[in-house]
Amino acid sequence: MLGTIRQKAVAARSLSSQVLENDLMRLRSVASVMRHYSAGTKEMTVRDALNSALDEEMAADPSVFVMGEEVGEYQGAYKITKGLLDKYGPERVVDTPITEAGFAGIGVGSAYHGLRPVVEFMTFNFSMQAIDHIINSAAKSNYMSAGQINVPIVFRGPNGPAAGVGAQHSQCYGAWYGSVPGLKVLVPYSSEDARGLLKAAIRDPDPVVFLENELLYGESFPVSAEALNSSFCLPIGKAKIEREGKDITITAFSKMAAEILEKDGISAEVINLRSIRPLDRATINASVRKTNRLVTVEEGFPQHGIGAEICASVVEDSFGYLDAPVERIAGADVPTPYAANLERMAFPQIEDIVRAARRVCYRKSSIAASA
Amino acid sequence: MAFVGAKIKIIQPLNLNVHASTHPHSFTSNNNCKFTSLSSPFLGSTRTHTLTLTRSISPRRSAASSSTVVAVSDVVKEKKAKSTSNLLLTKEEGLEVYEDMYLGRAFEDMCAQMYYRGKMFGFVHLYNGQEAVSSGFIKLLKKEDSVVSTYRDHVHALSKGVPARAVMSELFGKKTGCCRGQGGSMHMFSAEHNVLGGFAFIGEGIPVATGAAFTSKYKREVLKEADCDHVTLAFFGDGTANNGQFFECLNMAALWKLPIIFVVENNLWAIGMSHLRATSDPEIWKKGPAFGMPGVHVDGMDVLKVREVAKEAIGRARRGEGPTLVECETYRFRGHSLADPDELRDPAEKAHYAARDPITQLKKYLIESKLVSEADLKAIEKKIDEVVEDAVEFADESPAPSRSQLLENVFADPRGFGIGPDGKYRCEDPKFTEGTAQV
Repeated sequence: MLGTIRQKAVAARSLSSQVLENDLMRLRSVASVMRHYSAGTKEMTVRDALNSALDEEMAADPSVFVMGEEVGEYQGAYKITKGLLDKYGPERVVDTPITEAGFAGIGVGSAYHGLRPVVEFMTFNFSMQAIDHIINSAAKSNYMSAGQINVPIVFRGPNGPAAGVGAQHSQCYGAWYGSVPGLKVLVPYSSEDARGLLKAAIRDPDPVVFLENELLYGESFPVSAEALNSSFCLPIGKAKIEREGKDITITAFSKMAAEILEKDGISAEVINLRSIRPLDRATINASVRKTNRLVTVEEGFPQHGIGAEICASVVEDSFGYLDAPVERIAGADVPTPYAANLERMAFPQIEDIVRAARRVCYRKSSIAASA
Repeated sequence: MAFVGAKIKIIQPLNLNVHASTHPHSFTSNNNCKFTSLSSPFLGSTRTHTLTLTRSISPRRSAASSSTVVAVSDVVKEKKAKSTSNLLLTKEEGLEVYEDMYLGRAFEDMCAQMYYRGKMFGFVHLYNGQEAVSSGFIKLLKKEDSVVSTYRDHVHALSKGVPARAVMSELFGKKTGCCRGQGGSMHMFSAEHNVLGGFAFIGEGIPVATGAAFTSKYKREVLKEADCDHVTLAFFGDGTANNGQFFECLNMAALWKLPIIFVVENNLWAIGMSHLRATSDPEIWKKGPAFGMPGVHVDGMDVLKVREVAKEAIGRARRGEGPTLVECETYRFRGHSLADPDELRDPAEKAHYAARDPITQLKKYLIESKLVSEADLKAIEKKIDEVVEDAVEFADESPAPSRSQLLENVFADPRGFGIGPDGKYRCEDPKFTEGTAQV
């Protein structure tokens, strides 16, 4: 249900650019429809989850501050930091000039002295202008200083494709940051993930790259009472099994497709990675040993991607258990095109995942298409 | 003073002529920059000036170049020429500065020896000739103030108080080094002495320094530690002054009035790239006023002049008046690194600066002004030579890091290594790693 509704939401956004309020409204109305479906459970959008997590952490610890472009008076380019300026003032919600290298470095320097900055990149594509600081002065510093100087910083922002934003705004950075020792890389999916992982990231004494997803900001998910507690925290490095299954393991982050498969008689175990670095190899391997088949799904470029890493790790740890070669579903090996139909072809759609799952189960694909 | 091969003459700020009158406007005729007001405390207008000829200031030294600031901006004010009858420092301060400079020189010379003997390896960048900048600035700091440097950071660490033994061991790659051998020549860190690195990338340290200054302000304003007036010094070179991050930080430091001093060690060469070939306007101090902060040029071979400027700039920062850009004209006597054959620099230029060796100059001043005796200085030199020898012995005898150290200190929270195949965190397995260990 969530899957099909999400598909509609994605289509609705296909013509929008990043920050249009009316698109957010449309998603919110979709989300509010969903709210009526599940009466009784508290629902929360990912946006609200992130906002509440930031709010609670800033209230609990005065050394936490937010820095980035438009985080203050604009209320956040994607409204994630809405209301924080009024509550905590401009010293703690710092609007910066357009200087990614500069303010990422300033964040790192302040973290050296024990403050806990949350640096927002408007999208992670812009983090490339600051990548020297994320990797060289944040990730490596605890090691180079032999434990004298740790860097409790969080770099967060939307990652991966949105809709129709073109090649320079659509790249997924999970694989790049996931390869750097000294970093922790988190990828929340649901609101509960967003809340728990962001809180864990802010409390963590090491640099964390927190990759959100713009299209999920407006999505609503049910949240448990436990998740609403201000001390709620999820462990870093543990994946979540979103759905149990027995035929095939699908690993994914930020996108799910299990519902469709159910209809075709394949029982898929869906693993929400939650954490790209450290990767929860134990959970993935345990699942593969149960189902004997694996499909990895990601939106990033295929070569040297996250699926490649998961495949290698499964081959290393559970080779004897595999009944079929591992299938990787990734984005197309092209810079993201602008045209709506081309863009759809450039990223995994439900049909692609279904096809791969069938291939892995040696069943004929119900959609006639080349493998 | 023109440099060999230079087409552009670097404007030397006003020649400090001890015979000049005390009138503040006397230097208008000597320079072609305009100024608007003389009332900033930064510029020493609160001081009284008594220009009296004394034997304590040798005309030759003062004529070389003064430390006056001139810049075109209504933010920047003029600094009055200073030549006072009071000596510029006390005996204790003189000895402290001399000792620090001599330590820097002796240490770096020893590094060169050790490198050629194979005890040190990789990239080693030596600071010979630039000691006046390090000692002139860092000796005025408190322990809580921070210093951020580049790969040419041995002497900054030593001046800030990191023991010579710890630095030498680090260079030898031993576990007793200040970073347990994990950092190396280019990555000197000391949390205790607030040396925040040691960065190999040009310009990388500047935003980090700006962040440290931001913390100082944050602690005062948000965390309400009312007496937090810590300043940060960012040291970098002429090549870095063309880098984007430098300008980003000049902007933000001035915008938020951060307590930071940007110290440009302009030694005219970025490896083999002459500053004049790389820079559209070689006068780096001018970049300060463009962003709304004072820009000062000072003779970086003269530690007393550097010290005067440093006092002003640090005072400004401590009072919350914001950042300053200080360009120190200095020179490195050796090549860029020990691997640099140093063929591009004109021997005449090298000789010119070698004649202005900051240590010799300070020695001369101290003796001629009768502050200290030759014997005092000899005693210091002997002491420092022993310190350096001892550092080498210590480093030599120290053990190399153990194998288990490879995976240590990657994370402050070693659960970042993730969950192992047995479902428990890998750091809980004693055979994997201890995960984290302090120096």
